[in-house]
Amino acid sequence: MQGSFLCRFTGSNIGLKVLMALTGIVLSLFVLAHVSGNLLMFAGEAKMNGYAHMLKASAMVLWGARSVLLASVLLHVYSAIKLYKRRGDARPVGYGLKQPHGSTYAARTMIWSGPILALFIVYHLLHFTVGAAHPKFDEHNAYQNVVVGFSSIPVVAAYLIAMACLCLHLSHGVWSLMQTIGINRPNWECALRKVAIGYAVIICAGFVSIPLGVLFHIVK
Amino acid sequence: MSAENLSLTLKIWRQKNAASTGAFETYAMKDVSTHMSFLEMLDVLNEKLITEGKDPVAFDHDCREGICGTCGMMINGRPHGPMKATTTCQLHLRSFKDGDTIVIEPFRARAFPVLRDLVVDRASFDRIIQAGGFISANTGSAPEANSMPVPKHVSDEAMNAAACIGCGACVASCPNAAAMLFTGAKMSHLGLLPQGQPERFDRAIAMVQQMDAEGFGHCTNAAECTEACPKEIPIEMIAKMNRDYLRATIRGPHAKVTGGGGP
Amino acid sequence: MELKSNAPAGPIETSWERHKSDMKLVNPANRRKYTVLMVGTGLAGAAAAATLSEQGYNVKSFCYQDSPRRAHSIAAQGGINAAKNYANDGDSVYRLFYDTVKGGDYRARERNVYRLAQISVNIIDQCVAQGVPFAREYSGYLTNRSFGGTQVARTFYARGQTGQQLLLGAYSALSRQIASNRVTMYPRTEMLDLIVVDGRARGIITRNMVTGKVESHLGDAVVLATGGYGNVFYLSTNAKGCNTSAIWRAYKKGAAMGNPCYTQIHPTCIPVSGDYQSKLTLMSESLRNDGRIWVPKEKGDKRPADQIPEDARDYYLERRYPAFGNLVPRDVASRAAKAACDEGRGVGPTGLGVYLDFADAIKRLGANVIGEKYGNLLEMYQRITGENPYKVPMRIFPAIHYTMGGTWVDYNLMSTIPGLFVAGEANFSDHGANRLGASALMQGLADGYFVLPYTLANYLASTKQEKVAADHAEVRKAEGEVGDRVKKLLGIKGKRTVDSFHRELGKICWDYCGMARNKKGLETALQRIPALREEFWKNVTVTGSNEEINMALEKAGRVADFLEFGELMCLDALERNESCGGHFREEHATPEGEAKRDDDKFAHVAAWEYAGPDKKPVRNVEPLTFDYVHPTQRSYK
Ligand SMILES: Cc1cc2nc3c(=O)[nH]c(=O)nc-3n(C[C@H](O)[C@H](O)[C@H](O)COP(=O)(O)OP(=O)(O)OC[C@H]3O[C@@H](n4cnc5c(N)ncnc54)[C@H](O)[C@@H]3O)c2cc1C
Ligand code: HEM
Ligand code: HEM
Ligand code: SF4
Ligand code: F3S
Ligand code: FES
Repeated sequence: MQGSFLCRFTGSNIGLKVLMALTGIVLSLFVLAHVSGNLLMFAGEAKMNGYAHMLKASAMVLWGARSVLLASVLLHVYSAIKLYKRRGDARPVGYGLKQPHGSTYAARTMIWSGPILALFIVYHLLHFTVGAAHPKFDEHNAYQNVVVGFSSIPVVAAYLIAMACLCLHLSHGVWSLMQTIGINRPNWECALRKVAIGYAVIICAGFVSIPLGVLFHIVK
Repeated sequence: MSAENLSLTLKIWRQKNAASTGAFETYAMKDVSTHMSFLEMLDVLNEKLITEGKDPVAFDHDCREGICGTCGMMINGRPHGPMKATTTCQLHLRSFKDGDTIVIEPFRARAFPVLRDLVVDRASFDRIIQAGGFISANTGSAPEANSMPVPKHVSDEAMNAAACIGCGACVASCPNAAAMLFTGAKMSHLGLLPQGQPERFDRAIAMVQQMDAEGFGHCTNAAECTEACPKEIPIEMIAKMNRDYLRATIRGPHAKVTGGGGP
Repeated sequence: MELKSNAPAGPIETSWERHKSDMKLVNPANRRKYTVLMVGTGLAGAAAAATLSEQGYNVKSFCYQDSPRRAHSIAAQGGINAAKNYANDGDSVYRLFYDTVKGGDYRARERNVYRLAQISVNIIDQCVAQGVPFAREYSGYLTNRSFGGTQVARTFYARGQTGQQLLLGAYSALSRQIASNRVTMYPRTEMLDLIVVDGRARGIITRNMVTGKVESHLGDAVVLATGGYGNVFYLSTNAKGCNTSAIWRAYKKGAAMGNPCYTQIHPTCIPVSGDYQSKLTLMSESLRNDGRIWVPKEKGDKRPADQIPEDARDYYLERRYPAFGNLVPRDVASRAAKAACDEGRGVGPTGLGVYLDFADAIKRLGANVIGEKYGNLLEMYQRITGENPYKVPMRIFPAIHYTMGGTWVDYNLMSTIPGLFVAGEANFSDHGANRLGASALMQGLADGYFVLPYTLANYLASTKQEKVAADHAEVRKAEGEVGDRVKKLLGIKGKRTVDSFHRELGKICWDYCGMARNKKGLETALQRIPALREEFWKNVTVTGSNEEINMALEKAGRVADFLEFGELMCLDALERNESCGGHFREEHATPEGEAKRDDDKFAHVAAWEYAGPDKKPVRNVEPLTFDYVHPTQRSYK
């Protein structure tokens, strides 16, 4: 790690955290955009499919976006794994009794909600993008894919669990990244934490509304 | 037995030295006064052990008034015990109930190796300060004190950060054994003041590097440290450190921070 | 033994300047050839180590704590004096000098005190440059408060943690030098003896408190900045580890001990609550700025404070000392509290306490202002006692707090052993028979930053000495003695714990050599202490071995020294047959019960010289002259 200054930065704990935060920002913005688009499900088949086609209009833009996303997920996971390993090194002998105090449930479960999300993403891609995990996949009709996909209760349940994890992950993650890149200031903490929770809840509520909408036949 | 007295069961970590593995041992404490401090209770236990010819429980302490930062142990899973903003030496038994079992173990982190029983080695903190936790002002070089006014709110915030006693409870409580709050507090103290500006960014890099080299963990912003901190150092000190470190990285390093002075 | 103060004659205003120009210097290129052994990392030790290293000397620093940052200076709350006159209320170097000499009841060396007052100004500059966050006005300029015993506001402070902030400043300067490798730091290392070769201090013997290894360190000069000996009383406001071992070992090697009977009682401490009590907690005396001290007028009035009406309360300080009121010097305030309790008017379960009441101040200024000024102190009180001082008046009682006595040093801070310098609270200091509040921090830093770096250089420059070999006979002998003593302590295997001896010694000292002393009591103490010491060496029990962390063994060594020191303290108190400052002999009181000096017989420093085991030490005398501040009966009416 000698030599390059940037190398040293990315090797350091804070550097890795910043990497995680920057990729976290990309991912957080992606889910915001994704949920906004997906809510077109409530606007009817034409609008939704129009939007889906628009996204794929240019292969360059599509693959550009996909590579940014993929890189972000990979870097995010890379830094998560690397830091998690260091965590074990930093306290080789654990406590006989440790009572968490001051941390939120979401903060303590980042290491669970994250990987669950990773598994979800794989499944989700097979479900709606590749279609391999979809009973009646139609590459050109995203609307129908969703409606059909969510007609199965176990699938909806899996999505709801994943959204709960996303909500937890974001509710701590967004606050955490603002701390990591140094946005927090004296007396701001309370507000920043609320922003994070608000962001997480809004996004997840949006996502959740779709499978539930399908299940309860609001979206047909 | 009056309401002022308690009987307690203590489960204390006993470990002969750094090389050996330790284990919990159980001791019964009968009829101890609620006015007694936690360390005084351990004194009483130790007096008993010594008269029985057994090794007393080793624990660090000095000032016993919450300022030197020497004392510190995990008490029922929390550094310095259940009371907020209180060091172990200032904790009194009125915080416990008759019949309670109290689990006592050392602060645990790779950078804080256990030396004996409840005594840990926190020299890693000293080395973080040596790496850059200072303003290089040789004796005699100082200008008249009032020649540089410092806005009161800046000075007050610097004081909030400077209140850190270096006890290590932040590390002990942190799920990742990170020293972010300690390091952030010192860096903020100096980085806020006008006197600390010239070395601000080099200091950030030097101290962060040392923190990593000592084997402290990273920060997941869990905020357990702030809760455990007897001086209630606020978590924004960590944000400030991150900010300074980021800015220093983007800006690139300047001269290396050195010991300076002398021929 | 001849005691030469070496203080320059001539006009006092220029004596330090002239002395500095007369002193020899060491060529910068030669400085790294010298090694200074610095025992103690408090304000005095850390400041001196950092400064000497900045100048280019090699320094080895020692402290018994796990980090130099934890030296007991950290605990000082109230503030540090300096003659800046920022308050524009008539302060000056001369007035600080005058107040200190007067406050010390005319038992200090004038020229030292003048130098201290002069240097005070530079200390503040230096500390601010290091980033010490002293309290400021909204304008951004430094603010001051007043402290007991003075009528000007000259005290700089950093909330209630001034000592902490000053020490962290010195510690950071020290840390910077440790990083530069010119200072080698030895934490968890206790000095157990001094090595004297050819009459000069050349090294120390230490014990590594983790491994038990006994080692010798050799150098060109030794500095002891090891703090005060208040713990001879067992219960005091000092940290548990504070000890007299370093200066006591030096005493036994020939460094005369100055005025050991000058001990200071602090009037505002939290009262004792039970016999398990391990230490006393100080409440900063700055509380007396706004708190009012009172006891019930009637004996045995056991009503809760809020049920005692105004006309049944005796604000005894305001009544007896209208000019200074609650701000009389510490000794006066302490004795007045004792007198009230002796009359049976004390408050609290033990009857050993007086009220310190903020009710009026809260009414006048509001709870917020009081909280801002004293918040952390009031919280600390609540943590310890479980009572809320915003609602119930605090209970306070005097406790041992500071020791003015210590190793005798000349104007250059050198003891009677050439090459052995003593700084900070460890020396017999500039405070005479009583120290004013906020002056110890000033003295520690003055010694460390601005005096020793000159006077020590002068010594090194004017002394030619050979390197001492590691196997020199004196080194071997001292190492052997230390090892034997440790073995002896471990081998007694008696029945009583070290603490039980320490407690008993403390009680003897407090009862007979505490706030008020008399001939009969001191004679009793002088019989009981040697008897206790004898029992200690027959019946103490120390568990474990040397080669491990052994806190019982550490304590045993310290208490063994206290058992010898305590006797000397009582002897000094007995032979100083007058009252002055903190030394109050009941036989010598004015009709109003104030300390009555005897300037004809006792206007001198008593410097005790060790004469050998079981021999009465020799009382040497350094006469004090007062060319500027003429002794009068102190009056704070
Ligand atoms: C509670 C309290 C409050 C105070 N408040 C004020 C105040 O507001 N203003 C003021 O001016 N003064 C105050 N004082 C007094 C002042 O704090 C001390 O007098 C001063 O700090 C002493 O500094 P020092 O450097 O001489 O010694 P210390 O800070 O006591 O340092 C002693 C050093 O010597 C080391 N040491 C001791 N023995 C050995 C040994 N045998 N071997 C190796 N190392 C050893 C210790 O490890 C330590 O590093 C207060 C004192 C107390 C107790
Ligand atoms: C795809 C959706 C995801 C989003 C939107 C997301 C977002 C975030 C954000 C914003 C952070 C905070 C960064 C910081 O503290 O600076 C974070 C942290 C983290 N993420 Fe993710 N993440 C996602 C997926 C994952 C996945 C798939 C994993 C699996 C390994 C993961 C694991 C973690 C971990 C371990 C942390 C650190 C814990 C912490 O900072 O408290 N995340 N994530
Ligand atoms: C219930 C909520 C969700 C619904 C209904 C949904 C729906 C869809 C659909 C229909 C597609 C396919 C688009 C297309 O190929 O035309 C898709 C793609 C995708 N979704 Fe979701 N999604 C949901 C939640 C999520 C979440 C929470 C994440 C991330 C954590 C996510 C990440 C992705 C990704 C990465 C793609 C692939 C984009 C691409 O083609 O590159 N989705 N989603
Ligand atoms: S930040 Fe708080 S918990 Fe950590 S060392 Fe400082 S005082 Fe102790
Ligand atoms: S608890 Fe640990 S994770 Fe960060 S916020 Fe505190 S250092
Ligand atoms: S012993 Fe000093 S802080 Fe607890």
